[in-house]
Amino acid sequence: MIFKRLAGRVVAPVSAMLTMFFSASAAAEYELNMTQGVTPISRELYDLHMTVFWICVVIGILVFGAMAWSILNHRKSKGAVAADFHESTTVEILWTLIPLAVLIAVAVPATGTLLDLEDTSKADVNIQVNGIQWKWKYKYLDEDIEFVSALSETSRNAVKDPTGVENYLLDVDNPIVVPINKKIRFLFTSDDVIHAWWVPELAVKQDAVPGFINDSWALIEKPGVYRGQCAELCGKDHGFMPIVVNAVSEDDYQKWVLAKKDEAAAVAASSSQEWTQTDLMAKGQEVYNKACAACHQPTGTGIPGVFPGLAGSPIATGDVKDHINIVMNGKTGTSMSAFKGQLSDVDIAAVITFERNSFGNTVGDMVQPSTIKNLR
Amino acid sequence: MPSPEKPDSSKPAKTANLPRKQMLKLVAIPVLMFGFGFALVPLYDVFCAVTGLNGKTGRVEAAAVDPRQVDTSRTITVRFMSNSGTGLPWNFKPMQSEMEVHPGQIYQASYQVSSRSDHETHGQAIPSLSPGIASLYFNKTECFCFNQQTLKANETRDMPLRFVIEHDLPKEIVEVTLSYTFFNIDQDKADSNKS
Amino acid sequence: MSTATTTHDTHDDHGPASGLMRWVTTTNHKDIGTLYLWFSFIMLLIGGSFAMVIRAELFQPGLQLVDPQFFNQMTTMHGLIMVFGAIMPAFVGLANWLIPMMIGAPDMALPRMNNWSFWILPFAFTMLLSSFFLEGGAPAFGWTFYAPLSTTFAPDSTDFFIFGVHMMGISSVMGAINVIATIFNMRAPGMTLMKMPLFVWTWLITAYLLIAVMPVLAGAVTMMLTDRHFGTSFFDAAGGGDPVMFQHIFWFFGHPEVYIMILPAFGIISAIIPTFARKPLFGYSSMVYATASIAILSFMVWAHHMFTTGMPVAGELYFMYATIMIAIPTGVKIFNWVSTMWRGSMTFETPMLWALGFVVMFTIGGFSGLMLGIAPVDTQYHDTYFVVAHFHYVLVTGALYSIIAAFYYWVPKWTGHMYDEKLGKIHFWWSTIAVNVLFFPQHFIGLAGMPRRIPDYSLQFADWNMISSIGGFAFGLGQVFFLYIVIKTIKGGKKASDQVWEGATGLEFEALPSPAPYHSFNEAPAVK
Repeated sequence: MIFKRLAGRVVAPVSAMLTMFFSASAAAEYELNMTQGVTPISRELYDLHMTVFWICVVIGILVFGAMAWSILNHRKSKGAVAADFHESTTVEILWTLIPLAVLIAVAVPATGTLLDLEDTSKADVNIQVNGIQWKWKYKYLDEDIEFVSALSETSRNAVKDPTGVENYLLDVDNPIVVPINKKIRFLFTSDDVIHAWWVPELAVKQDAVPGFINDSWALIEKPGVYRGQCAELCGKDHGFMPIVVNAVSEDDYQKWVLAKKDEAAAVAASSSQEWTQTDLMAKGQEVYNKACAACHQPTGTGIPGVFPGLAGSPIATGDVKDHINIVMNGKTGTSMSAFKGQLSDVDIAAVITFERNSFGNTVGDMVQPSTIKNLR
Repeated sequence: MPSPEKPDSSKPAKTANLPRKQMLKLVAIPVLMFGFGFALVPLYDVFCAVTGLNGKTGRVEAAAVDPRQVDTSRTITVRFMSNSGTGLPWNFKPMQSEMEVHPGQIYQASYQVSSRSDHETHGQAIPSLSPGIASLYFNKTECFCFNQQTLKANETRDMPLRFVIEHDLPKEIVEVTLSYTFFNIDQDKADSNKS
Repeated sequence: MSTATTTHDTHDDHGPASGLMRWVTTTNHKDIGTLYLWFSFIMLLIGGSFAMVIRAELFQPGLQLVDPQFFNQMTTMHGLIMVFGAIMPAFVGLANWLIPMMIGAPDMALPRMNNWSFWILPFAFTMLLSSFFLEGGAPAFGWTFYAPLSTTFAPDSTDFFIFGVHMMGISSVMGAINVIATIFNMRAPGMTLMKMPLFVWTWLITAYLLIAVMPVLAGAVTMMLTDRHFGTSFFDAAGGGDPVMFQHIFWFFGHPEVYIMILPAFGIISAIIPTFARKPLFGYSSMVYATASIAILSFMVWAHHMFTTGMPVAGELYFMYATIMIAIPTGVKIFNWVSTMWRGSMTFETPMLWALGFVVMFTIGGFSGLMLGIAPVDTQYHDTYFVVAHFHYVLVTGALYSIIAAFYYWVPKWTGHMYDEKLGKIHFWWSTIAVNVLFFPQHFIGLAGMPRRIPDYSLQFADWNMISSIGGFAFGLGQVFFLYIVIKTIKGGKKASDQVWEGATGLEFEALPSPAPYHSFNEAPAVK
């Protein structure tokens, strides 16, 4: 137990301040300290963290203790007379060598842990993770499953008053599901700027760099829902791209894989259907708020100089072919990403129809999902 | 040595007699360091080539591969990944998700790319290998990433890749992942940051 | 001993010109020092007000005050203004005031360049701040401006930032050249290198760091500029570049930069503690060597800021070992200061309080620095509030505390007036309590999983964020109070004696009157 362990190791508080925080720490441990997590690596990291912490505490007690002693006793008001010593080779060599020994003692376990951390070979499940402003795209390399995971609607709608919202900003619409007790390897890359995928309980934090791949791994021992966030500043909504990992038993994982594939098939089938303008507009508004409004703003005005507006824009009021092209494939070197990998045919058709007939745009045409399907 | 004459208010007491050589040196350091900032770019490439830092893979001539060095006792899994950058209306995927290979032997793999554009488009593939250290031992004799690729309207093409993993690949590496990202190079870079 | 001028009269022919032009055209090291110090104070208040916006938005969960884009502009500009506008110019100001007086020189070696290096700064920062009013807004990609967020993905107004950085870089390099030239050529006879006060030593080493790394930063922003406008691909993977290379170049500058902001502080603390312990500094020569080794090590550890970018294991191991080695020379300094206090005869005037606050809280920042240096655990610390807590402990309670300590310690020499001791102590205790309420809880929210640079957070971080914000507002208020103390001290106060402090040593206290005359040491003092 973590409390016992802490209590057993607390020798003396460093200072009044630390004492205060320690007594507070008994009440709500997890809010104050690093998580122990649910993987062998996360526990190793926690132990290493605590080891170094206690070394710092001991050094702190010695240094601050000596300081406090002389502040209390060697003060002029107590009649202290200054000594005149100002060097001592022996002492100076000692306090160079002792810290060196301590550092070596820390470096040895740290090296071992680092080697474990970096050993990503022989994984059972391989998941490609793409950072996209401001969502994550997951591709199960062994399963032909691909989906986008973004901030949940509950959180998105609660930014003005998040009181009482469960897992505010740490909830997504489409969590990733992984089996427990299997080595899972994550391969990170990015479609635009640098992101970092971080789930504290899995002890995985790795940068997603455009054009390059990085990897990391986790072996989750306990079923549960583990939450994390993007950790590298990636633009406006950096604070709004959470990660949810749902760790389940092998059986449940297999069931989920099948269900996910059925779901994808159903979505693909839906694009052959013919839609009415009204339905497309309604669906489009929904998709727009989810996928486009962060940059282009709910009013379609954009943010001048940063994100272009759609109201009256040459794309949204011009040739529909260009409009479809930019939505599906994105625009090089901008935050406009390729939505063909993120949205279904219906979603793309609907949102383009919506954009061409909203914010004062009155093009009047509409795009059918089948058109999009043929362009994939 | 401080000068004895009295200074006037707008001028400092003394400025003369600074050693010329020393001043030149002090100006030269920042100028050189500015140059060094740029020299870091090639230095970084060298650093990457030595340490495998950014996972960029090497290129060798097929003739340079010695067939006697095939190590059939080891099997390495090569996994293939693909990505397409924004602005490129291409579908890009590996034709095989993974391969089992022996170090020292040349293998062929391929990727398929198909353009969904109604006009000619250009892309450049950028390779990346994980773990980065393996990139020191991963060489290609032929690769679509050596050149820019041009696709005609709606063209679909299989693009080959011939590679060899050197026989002295460190023992602990049993699996590598090769990823390509196709970037759009059609647009003039200078106006790509304008919105 | 005192062959220096003893006149207190600053109104004779050799005094300053009057009016605004005095400040525009001045080449006097004391005037320029004053300009630098006022400039950095103004920047501290501007950068501080950005911090208040940040803390106000983070006071409670939800987006109440600003939108995320503006929040990012605030964090970015807060960092840039504090680093380049407040801390660095304040140290240059102190160098201008103190180095000539400490080494017995009449002025800086290159006074006209000195004037230039100051007057570039207001233009540089006007340029930087003006981007708030441009389309696209101020820089919003963090003070570390990682590519490609700051290159391909940044608005057009980013070019103002780039030229602002160029200008402040030129200013810093000119200031550093001046410091080196002064120290090597202007010392009074008998002032050998190993007799120089540690402040002079630490600044000499800092100046070398500045001329070595500011041009690298200039190179990095120049590459950004050409990537943005002239078709190069230094940092663009599509053209064969590498965004991670930006981070390598940036931190090759950035890590020495953090020592640029702390080495002069070591010099200040090494002057103040012996004075109030009435005992010579323990281990003078080991202090010099420790400073030099910290400076050299600072060039070898840059990638410890990048443990999560996917470096090869060998690289991570090397950077971890090199990084934790820095704990040794830094530890030597702390031990030396404590030994200086040991068996001294201490009094606790305001400068001493700030110096003691520095030693304690800088050490806490050092501890978290050691923890961050352990590469595997950095997986959990990196880019969280734990890092934010760490660097604010070393930069606010480190660098800023030393600057405030220096103000209280030397202001009687500068103005001839003692500051109000009671107000000074209130300032210290208020700030110290506030700053710990502000930054200590950030360790907790960081460890609990809150990333840095986010405008809004999940509810479990709410309590500590609110406490932190309260500390932030209190600390901000404390520095407005400091402004009042500064003005009050300049306007008047108890007359300071020439030595000012009972235990003070050094030419500025022993060979010059208080206030120091406009031109000092026209004839070189004799150095014991």
